[in-house]
Amino acid sequence: MTDLYQTQRAMRNMRRAAMQRGVIAILDVGTSKIACLILRFDGEARLRETEGVGPMAGQSQFRIIGAATTRSRGVRFGEIAVMNETERAIRTALQAAQKMANVRVDHVIACFSGAEPRSYGLAGAIDLEDNVVTEQDIARVLASCDVPDIGPGREVLHAQPVNFALDHRSGLGDPRGQIGHRLACDMHLLSVDASAIQNLLYCIQRCDLELAGIASSSYVSAISSLVEDEQELGAACIDMGGGATGISIFMKKHMIYADSVRMGGDHVTSDISKGLQIPMADAERIKTRHGGLFATGMDDREMIELGGDSGDWEKDRRQISRTELIGIMRPRVEEILEEARSVLDAAGFDHLPSQQIVLTGGGSQIPGLDMLAGRILGHRVRLGRPLRVQGLPQAATGAAFASAVGLCMFATHPQDEWWDFEVPADRYPARSLRRAFRWFKDNW
Amino acid sequence: MRSLIPFRLRPARPARQTWARPEPPLTRAPVRHDPAPSLWAYRMQRVMLTPYLRALLRVGLPSFAVLFACALYIADEDRRAGITAVFTDLREKFEQRPEFMVTLASVEGCSQDLADAVRARLNLNLPQSSFDLDLEAARARIEDLDAVKSAELRVRSGGVLQVLVTEREPVAIWRQAEGLTLVDETGHRVASLIERSDRADLPLIAGEGADRATPEALALLAAAGPVAPRIRGLVRMGERRWDIVLDRDQRILLPEDNPVRALERLLALDHAQDILTRDLAAVDLRIAARPTLRLTPYAMNELRRSRGLEIVETEL
Repeated sequence: MTDLYQTQRAMRNMRRAAMQRGVIAILDVGTSKIACLILRFDGEARLRETEGVGPMAGQSQFRIIGAATTRSRGVRFGEIAVMNETERAIRTALQAAQKMANVRVDHVIACFSGAEPRSYGLAGAIDLEDNVVTEQDIARVLASCDVPDIGPGREVLHAQPVNFALDHRSGLGDPRGQIGHRLACDMHLLSVDASAIQNLLYCIQRCDLELAGIASSSYVSAISSLVEDEQELGAACIDMGGGATGISIFMKKHMIYADSVRMGGDHVTSDISKGLQIPMADAERIKTRHGGLFATGMDDREMIELGGDSGDWEKDRRQISRTELIGIMRPRVEEILEEARSVLDAAGFDHLPSQQIVLTGGGSQIPGLDMLAGRILGHRVRLGRPLRVQGLPQAATGAAFASAVGLCMFATHPQDEWWDFEVPADRYPARSLRRAFRWFKDNW
Repeated sequence: MRSLIPFRLRPARPARQTWARPEPPLTRAPVRHDPAPSLWAYRMQRVMLTPYLRALLRVGLPSFAVLFACALYIADEDRRAGITAVFTDLREKFEQRPEFMVTLASVEGCSQDLADAVRARLNLNLPQSSFDLDLEAARARIEDLDAVKSAELRVRSGGVLQVLVTEREPVAIWRQAEGLTLVDETGHRVASLIERSDRADLPLIAGEGADRATPEALALLAAAGPVAPRIRGLVRMGERRWDIVLDRDQRILLPEDNPVRALERLLALDHAQDILTRDLAAVDLRIAARPTLRLTPYAMNELRRSRGLEIVETEL
């Protein structure tokens, strides 16, 4: 656990260095595309009401000065499967973005969607020493949370304090300075496969970059596509990516649950490819141009040229109606939504006061998805697009860039995580100078 | 009708058409290559995006190239000489323009013969550019003349060099063994004088170092008042004090310090008792507490005789 603490702290320091340099790269490693944005920090943020204990990692205004996207290679289910290919794809995107921004970036914040995220709710409580909550007490209460067995070969990706309770009062955002006897906290911990992080780290190091932060794609796309009241009252964000569909639930502006379904738009494409016996590229094109989920009488008459390069006239002159295409796509999309629904049910989404569901990601652009999702998931479904940020090119404002834009927000306005708080004094090494210093500070 | 041409012109036989597959072209079909940059291309791009390197390439390299080219051009001796020649030529052309030329020197504020002397002393080969004129040196040259107290030179419009000369005014005649010299109130030489009678209006001073004490002599003459018509001259004794020589060979020996006051005391005495009209050889005022009179021998004998003393006149 201390090990992870150190790496995450090192990443925070890297991020601070990047803020001093003034530029940082955002890398969304997805299954179908790799997006790279380059941010320029424009100085300290103006007064902005903050959630949680406070902006300990430092916040900043920003502007996007470079954006590039490239077809992803070597990524399956949101995890890196072929390292060399992925490394080349990352390099392509980074080079193009650097060229557009005309600056060199050394620090990168990355996100990925796969690697089997698992959520844990942690709780801890301590008795206060002198009835006033200090920063040190918050560190102690966070340290007192009993960490569950997250299993071998897994790493903690996010560990955010979600709620503080002082005696009988719960729902405190910032308990510092308040008076009470017993401080309790709830923490949300998200663990992923360690090997996925290792692979990503390796690819990024091969590109001569330093990793300044890492996030789960379902978390960051929810940051960008959920509006403020949805985050406050409770909402779920379903990020339909290429190879994985990320699901995250927000409540009181904190993520309380995240998971992913290992199916996405690429599976729809491969269904089309298999069903119509056409190459994947053609299937992708047909899906994006003619795809849909609800067939009407008009669709029977709309014929789609399949084309081909086989030299066989019969095969190259095939035509299908749009209804047939819809018939191929719909079961797979339904399957994905059913999976998402089971995930939401498992998370107890029914018990939230507001049950807004926001669909985002590249897969959410299928026409008719909102109606289908309304039938399967519940009534309150809307399609979400990422919020607008300064300098984002028009081509990168679509739903497919929700996680990239969310990662910008994550890079510039991170929520306080566990590692942003001080290490409690009793966890220091026994002969540490800081411990001695702390003892002096506490006693005089 | 038969053609006149004895042989038939046939069109060129077209190339035999082959129905076989054409030979493949020598150049290969373009291979679709990886859009990803190679590792070294990527690193090179990153290096070129380094801010310092970019600044160096954008500013440092061109300026270095320009400097290098300039240095190469300058390195040749002839070119350097050519550049300096161009600039000196320009400068000369500018200086030689007619509006800067001085053609005439006008000397004002003095007599004709002094003006001639000043002109000779100026020694300028006019016309000359006003940039080349060294007015300060010319002024120093003119002021070297004894008769010139001060000179003022200025270049007026129209190419005139105006020399304003202030002459020295002689106030005394200094007699030396070599001859007579006119001196001004500071004792500076003005000119020589051949005859004393040429300037009978000026007082006469004599003796070694008399010129340096001219102001004191003038003060004495001014204080002399009633005896002034009788004064023949002032003699500087031992370069420290004055004697006033009156007619009838009378001398007033003045002290070194405060001679004017001593003279005033004597004049008061003279006014009361008419001392200077008596038969005196000298009045010695060198010791203020004890003024001494020296009688002429005749007056001395008469004095003794009146006191009943026998005078023995000897040949000695």
